[in-house]
Formats: sequence, structure tokens, C-alpha cells
Amino acid sequence: MLEVRDIHTYYGDSHVLQGVSLSMSRGQVVGILGRNGMGKTTLIRSIIGFTSPRRGRVVFKDRDITAWPSNRAVALGLGLVPQGRRVFPSLTVMENLEVAVKADRGPWTVPRVLELFPRLRERGAHRAGKLSGGEQQMLAIARALMTNPELLLMDEPTEGLAPLLVREVGRVIQSLKAEGLSILLVEQNLPLALRVADHVHVLSRGRVVHSSAPDALWRNEEIKARYLGL
Amino acid sequence: MDFWISQLFNGVSYGALLFLLAGGLSLIFGMMRIVNMTHGSYYLLGGYVALTVIWRTGSFALAVVLGALTISLVGIAEWNAFLKRLSGQELGQVLTTMGFALIFQDLALVLWGGDPYTISVPAALSGSLVVGQLYFPVYRIFIVVVAVAVALVLWLTLEWTRIGAMIRATVDDPEMARGVGINVYLISMMVFALGATLAALAGVVAGGFVGVYPGADFEILPYAFVVVIVGGMGSLKGALIGSLMVGLLDNFGKALFPELSYFTLFAPMAAILAVRPTGLFGRA
Repeated sequence: MLEVRDIHTYYGDSHVLQGVSLSMSRGQVVGILGRNGMGKTTLIRSIIGFTSPRRGRVVFKDRDITAWPSNRAVALGLGLVPQGRRVFPSLTVMENLEVAVKADRGPWTVPRVLELFPRLRERGAHRAGKLSGGEQQMLAIARALMTNPELLLMDEPTEGLAPLLVREVGRVIQSLKAEGLSILLVEQNLPLALRVADHVHVLSRGRVVHSSAPDALWRNEEIKARYLGL
Repeated sequence: MDFWISQLFNGVSYGALLFLLAGGLSLIFGMMRIVNMTHGSYYLLGGYVALTVIWRTGSFALAVVLGALTISLVGIAEWNAFLKRLSGQELGQVLTTMGFALIFQDLALVLWGGDPYTISVPAALSGSLVVGQLYFPVYRIFIVVVAVAVALVLWLTLEWTRIGAMIRATVDDPEMARGVGINVYLISMMVFALGATLAALAGVVAGGFVGVYPGADFEILPYAFVVVIVGGMGSLKGALIGSLMVGLLDNFGKALFPELSYFTLFAPMAAILAVRPTGLFGRA
């Protein structure tokens, strides 16, 4: 359902993605691993359309979305849980959910996401900027689900969270996967990524340097030592 | 005492006029980061269009509606043809909007000539309310009422509707707003058109108050920017408080220290910026 073909993305003169290709099919969870600064977030930004690639193509549901504005890509079925959560701080929790533009497809409604994240129900009238980091992360995921995505892009959803909350996020990802949602997951937490992913890619200096099933990566000490610092 | 009350009233009514002009400017500034130098032109053109409508039809109400409507179309055209391509390029935006301001200024001179005019207001809005020794011009009361009504409608829309929440989300984080599917282009165009409409409305209303004349655009624009900067970009509350402050400061400054008039306006602005660089209600 998603095919990234040899994309090259720049920030100004800095050539960040140097020919990344990957593809994933419906219902799959694909993990993107790699150390900081290797292009993981840039890959997400390139797919959603925040920073369009200068060369190469992003094809989603057989449509070339490379130069599309992000809101069109979202309308077609991409959802984004961005790095750093980026909830709208001056909006209340409920407003954060309501501004997301709902597509007709898909099961997600406000009551249903609140069922998945009961904490948010208690916080409904609070400004999102006043929430704890964990609650903001839940809200960022809930907000993305409100657009009823067919493919969810998640950029380090466990970053900066306490272990208990990391487990909570892991549980949510598992349950979304069980419902058949496709997820492209950028994650620093290797055990979590390996547990939920069907396939993993390792990025280094803007290139895919390793692709395999999760357990094959787990057994590959050389790749782990060289690219993941383990 | 009478002096203070009547100056207070004058300051508040001038502040009300400034709010009509600066409310939209603040939203445009806060949301799109566009420093819109054409905003004063919308004010001027709104007044002139209304003047023509009054001459042709004699209807003040029609003049208000057509003045505001015409200028909103001008704003939409300018935004669509030029400004939406310049997002994030401050220099390009300033030069483009400044260029339009100069073009509109000359165009107004060609079409309406160089004489000052006053928009004649309906009988119901002329005259004064007399309280003891004090005279309150009814038209100035009308301006305050219009500004309060506009502030109320804007506030209700921004705080309590979904479209309002979308606008605030876009002010918070325009990129992420796109990332949740909000059509930021469309929202921006609407806000830009709204700002132009309000500026034109201010121009029409001002036409019956200070008049319509060449140079009114560049005369009032600094005031609007002071309001936005003092109040904080993108904040309606800031625009409201800032307008009142600037209206009162300007009025009392001119009444008490006429030789210092710009100083009494800009010195408090500098002081506020020294303490709160983002303005009274602005966000970083």
C-alpha cells in the first residue's frame, strides 16, 4: 500500500535522505530503526509531505503523493503521530480530537478513541499544553486515529516516556495492529519495535543499510553493534 | 472632571475603531506570519467604495455592506494570486504587500481625487447624547457598539466552533495542522478575507468619523501594527486590550502633551516589549 522509491530529501543544502526505498503492504507493521540523525524523522516527513523529496517518488494506494500537501495525503488515508507529539497546546483535549478532519471510512470516533485512552476522557476540557508528556503522547495517537488512517506513521511514540507508559504505548500499537491497521513505526526502543514489527529497516546516514525480519535483526550482532550501538 | 470623561470616551471610541482594523491584522500576522502592509489600503479603499455607494444610492447600510464585501474580494484576489506562494518568505511578503499598498494609494488618487470627504451618516446616528455638561456623539457610541459586536462574534467563533478551533490549531502549529488533514490554504484564505473585510469595515465607519482622504491608509497603519505588537500576534484578547490602550494613550497623549504625540504612543510600546517580547498575550 506504500512504496517509497529512491527518495532524496534535503534540508537546504544538506542531503539527508540519499536514496531510500522501501515498501509495505496492507496490515503490516514496519519498523524503522537507527541512531539519531540518520534520517528516520526525515523519512516520515518526506512521506507525509512536510518536507517533500527532491528526487524519487512516494506512492500510496497507487497514487503518486510525492508533492502533495499533507492535508491531501491525510485525506487519502495517511495518519501521523509526529516526533515530539506536537499536540495543539492552546486547544483543549477534546478540541485536539475534533479538529482532525474525519474521513468517511473507518471506525474511529471520539467515543471510540476515548475508550482506547480513558485518561483523555478525564482531561477533556484541559488545555493540551498542560498535559503530562505521557498524556500528550496518548492525545497525539488519538488525534491521528481521528483522521481514520489506513496507514499510521508513528515517529518515536515512546520517546521520553516512563517504562510503564512505554508498555502502555506498546499495548496500544499491538491492539491497532490486531485491528488490521498498517503502521510505519520509527522507534529507538529496540525491544518494543522488534516485538510489534513484521519487518524492520535500519537507516544509517540517509540510506537503508539493513532489512530483515525482526528476529533476524535480533540475532545479527554485527548490524546491531554497528548501526544501533548495542 | 468633564475633560477626563470626554477624553476617556474619545479614547475608547478611537480604540474601538483601531480594534476593527487591528483584529484582522493580528489574526493574519499570527496565523500566516504575513506582515500585511496592504491592510491600511483595505481601510482606505473600504471608505472610498462606501463613499461612492452613498453618492449613488444614499444608503449608509448598503455602503457598509458593499464596502466590506468589495474589499474582501480584493483581499482574496491578492492572497490567491501572490501571497499564498510566498509563505515563509518575510521579505517577499513585505515587498509585495508594500507594493500593493502603493498601487492602491495611487489608484485611489486617480479614482477619487485628492480632496478629503466625509461619509454622511444617517440621521439616527448623528447628533449627540447630552449628559449634564457632556456631549457624547451618537456616531462614536455606534462605533463602540459595532466593535463590541464584532469582538463578540469573533470570540464566539474562535472559541466555540470547530472552524474556530481549526484556526487556533493553525496558529499553534500550521505544519501539524496540515498533518491532521486541515486545509491550511483554505483556512488562511478565509482569515485573510476576514481581515480585509474588517479593515474595510473600519474604513467605512471611520469615513463618518475622521473622514476619507489620501494618506489615511499610511496614517493609521502604524497604529494597527502597534496594537498587534503590544497585544501579541494572533491573540484576539491582545488586539482588544491593545486597541483600547493605544486609543487611550494616543488620545490623552495628544490632549495633554500634543508636542509628544508619537512618543506617548511608542514609548509604552517599547517598555512593554522590553518586559514581554511577544506582547501582552502573545506566544513565542
